[in-house]
Amino acid sequence: MTATPIDNGFKGSAARNAAARARLLRALLPALSLALVLAAIAWLNPRAISYFGFSLMLNLAIPIALATIAQMFVIAGNELDLSIGTFVGFVGCVTATWLKDAPLIGVLILAGSIGIYALLGALIHLRNLPSIVVTLGMSFVWQGLAILVLPKPGGKAPDWLLAIMSFKPLFIPFPIIAALLIAAVVHFGLMRTSYGVILRGSGGNPAALRRAGWSLLKTKIVLFALAGLFGVLSGMALIGITTSADANIGNGYTLLAIAGVILGGGEFVGGRVSPIGAVIGALTLALAASPLLTFMHIPPDWQVAANGAILIIVLAARVLISRRER
Amino acid sequence: MAAGNTGIIRLGGAEKQFGAATLDVVRLDGAEKHFGAVRALGGVDFHVGPGECVGLVGHNGAGKSTLMHMVAGTLTPDSGTIGVHGVIEENYSVSRAQQLGIRCVFQELSLCPNLSVAENTRINHASLSGFGWRRKAAELIAAKLDEIFPDHGISAWDIVGDLSIGRRQMVEVARAFTVTQDRLDLVILDEPTSSLDAHTAGQLLAFVRRFVAGGKSCILISHVLGEVLRNADRIVVMRDGKMVASDAAGAFDRDRLVTVMGGAEARQKTAAQAAAAKPGASPLRVRARPAGQTDGKELVARAGEIIGLAGLAGHGQTDLLLRIFGATARAKAGIEVTAPVALVAGDRQSDGIFPQWSIAQNIGIRSLARLRNGLLISPRREAELADAWKKKIGIRTPDMDNNIFSLSGGNQQKALFARALGSDAEIVLMDDPMRGVDIGTKLEVYDLVREEAGRGRTFLWYTTETEELDNCDHIYVFKNGRIVANLTRDELTEEKIIQSSFGDAA
Repeated sequence: MTATPIDNGFKGSAARNAAARARLLRALLPALSLALVLAAIAWLNPRAISYFGFSLMLNLAIPIALATIAQMFVIAGNELDLSIGTFVGFVGCVTATWLKDAPLIGVLILAGSIGIYALLGALIHLRNLPSIVVTLGMSFVWQGLAILVLPKPGGKAPDWLLAIMSFKPLFIPFPIIAALLIAAVVHFGLMRTSYGVILRGSGGNPAALRRAGWSLLKTKIVLFALAGLFGVLSGMALIGITTSADANIGNGYTLLAIAGVILGGGEFVGGRVSPIGAVIGALTLALAASPLLTFMHIPPDWQVAANGAILIIVLAARVLISRRER
Repeated sequence: MAAGNTGIIRLGGAEKQFGAATLDVVRLDGAEKHFGAVRALGGVDFHVGPGECVGLVGHNGAGKSTLMHMVAGTLTPDSGTIGVHGVIEENYSVSRAQQLGIRCVFQELSLCPNLSVAENTRINHASLSGFGWRRKAAELIAAKLDEIFPDHGISAWDIVGDLSIGRRQMVEVARAFTVTQDRLDLVILDEPTSSLDAHTAGQLLAFVRRFVAGGKSCILISHVLGEVLRNADRIVVMRDGKMVASDAAGAFDRDRLVTVMGGAEARQKTAAQAAAAKPGASPLRVRARPAGQTDGKELVARAGEIIGLAGLAGHGQTDLLLRIFGATARAKAGIEVTAPVALVAGDRQSDGIFPQWSIAQNIGIRSLARLRNGLLISPRREAELADAWKKKIGIRTPDMDNNIFSLSGGNQQKALFARALGSDAEIVLMDDPMRGVDIGTKLEVYDLVREEAGRGRTFLWYTTETEELDNCDHIYVFKNGRIVANLTRDELTEEKIIQSSFGDAA
C-alpha cells in the first residue's frame, strides 16, 4: 500500500459533503422517478389521481413490493434469487387450495417452504455454490410443485384473505397504506436494529465480519429465510387480489423484483440496499407497467419493453450521478 | 546478535518456570508454522509483558504477519504453545482472543464500506444491542476518535465508503481501542500509520504511549524504523521465520536494526560471472518512468540485461511492470518499449493459468500466431512447442496434454515461464514469479533466465526475495511508487536495499 496522506480538514469535509450530497441525490432518484410516472399519469388522465384510481392502479403493487423486499434480502447478502417468481406462484397455488380447505396443512406447507429457503441459504454458504445456479434450479422445482398442487387454473382464496385485501380505509387507498407499512417495518428491521447491521455487513465485507466473530452461515440463513417469508406474504397477497390461482401466476415476478431492488437504489454486490427505495421501485414498476401505458394507448405487448426502458433510464441517471461524485 | 539470542533463551527459561508469577499478556513458546513446503515460522519464543510496547520489525516474509495472526487467533501454530495471562490456551481462536482482551488492527482494512462508522463499531461489540444501541455506538466511537485524533473531522454517521483511506484507517484504529464488556489488554497495530500523514501518525503514536503508560500493552509493526525506535520499549527483529534479536529499544539504532534485519555477513554472490556488462553497447529495450516519479530517475533496460526491481512489497513495482506491458498495446507517457513483451504473472492462480486447459495449450497461448495453420491452430506445432520446452525447462509430467492442474505448483510456474520464453518476446517481465516455489525449481529457472539473457533477451524481474537479486545486473529499489535507488550488481548488498526501502525521508 502506498502511503496516501489524508487530505486536510477543509478539503476533506468539502469532498465528504459532495459525497453525501451525491448519496442523497441517489437516494432521492427512486422517489423522483415515481413522481415522474405519477405526473405523467396525472397529465394523461387527471381522473386517475383519486382514491378510486389509486386503489385500482396500485392494486397489484402490494405483491410486487413484497416480492421485491424478498429479493432485496437476498441481494443484501451478495446473492441473487431467480426462483422468487415461481415461488410466489407456488405459494399462490397453496393459498388457493390447501390454505382454504385445510388451513392447518396449508400453514404447515408455507412454513416448510420458508424452511426450505433457509436451507438453501445454508447450502449456498456451506458448499460455496453460486446462488444463481441453485435458485435457477429451484425455480423449476417450485413451478413443478405449483402444477402438482393446482394442475388447472382455479381454486379460491380464503375469505379472510379476501377481506383483508379488499379493505377500504378512509381517505388513503389501502395499497398506499400497505406500501408505507411494509417500507417502515423492513426499514426498521434491516436499517435500524443491531442485527440488521450484521446482515448488511455480511454483504459489505464478509471477511471483516468473520474476523469479528460473527457466523456468516447464520446471516445467510436469516437473509434467505426472510426472503422466503416475504415471498410467502407476496403470494398470499396476490391471491387475495386475484381471488383464484394459476401455477404460472408469479412467473414475471423474478425479474420485476430484481428490477425493483435496483431501481430503488440497491446494488448487486456490497450490501448496499434500501427497503424504502425497493418499495418505491416496486410501485414505480407497477404503475409504469400497465396504467401509464394504457393511458398512453400503448398495447400491452409493449409493456415489458416499457419496463425495461424505465429501468435503463433510471440506471443511466444513477451512473451519471455516481460519475459526478468522482 | 548472538548475545541477544542467548539472552532470550535464558530469559525464556526463567520465565517459563515462573510463568504464572510474571503473567505475560501473551507468550508463545516454540511456535512453528508451515505453509506447504514453506516454513513461515521456525520455532519462535515471543512474549509481551503488561505495560510494554513491543516493536516488531523484519523484511518481507520474515514471519511477522504469521506470528501476529497466531497472537490474534486467526492462525493456529503447527507446534508450540500459546499462553495468555499465564494460562496455556488449548483451543485458541479469534473470539477467545477477544474475550481475553487481545485485539488486532490488520493491515488490510476490515471495515464494511456500506455501513456507517457507528455501525462498524457495533460489529466488533456484541453487547451493543437493544434499545438505544445506535446512540451508544456513536458515542463510543466518537469519544475514542476524539481521544486519539483530536480534530479528526469524522462523524459517527459518515458512511465508511465515503471516507478517505486515511480517515478509514483512523476509524479502524480507534475502533480497536473501544471497550464495552470485554477486557482490553493488548492491541496489535500492523502498519497503523501506512495511510496516515505525519500529523495524525504522531497523534496515534502519542496515544499508544499513553495507553502503554496506563499498564496496557501494544505490539507495533512498522516499516518506518524511526517510528519503532522512538515508540517501542523493546524491539524484536525477525528474519527468515526466526527471531534474530530482542532487546530494549535503547540498545538499537537505525544502523544496528538494519544490520540485524539483513544479516551482517556479506552475501556470497553465486550469480554467474558471465555479466561482462556492456552498458551502452547493446540496444535499448525499455525506458520507463513510474507514474509518481517526480525527480528524473527512470528505469533503463538494454538487450541481454537482467534488471531487478526491489523494495518492500506493493510499492509500485507491479504497477510499473503492468504499465510497461500495457505500453506495447498503446503508447504511454514516460515509457518506451522497443521489442515484443511477455509477462510471467506472480499470482499464477488468478493471473497466469487457464484452469480448464492442458499444459500444452497453456504454453502455446502466447504464440498462437506462429502455431497457426491457415485459420486454425495446428495441434502438431503446438505439441512441438510444448515438447521442446518440456525438455528444456524440465516440466515433470508424463503427457503435456494433461490438465495444467495435474502439475505441482513449481511445475505450473515452469509452464508459465515456458509460455513467455517460448514466445517471440524479447522482453520478459516477471512479477515476483517465484513465490511459493521450491528451491530446486528456482535454481533451474535462474539458470534458464541467465542463459536466455546471454542470448540477448531482457528480463525485468520484480522479486521480494533478496537472494534472487544476485542474478540481476542492475537493481532499482522502489518506495511509495517511486524509484529511490539505482544499484549495480557490484554495489548490491541486502543492507543497502533495506536502507533504501526503509528510508525515513519524509
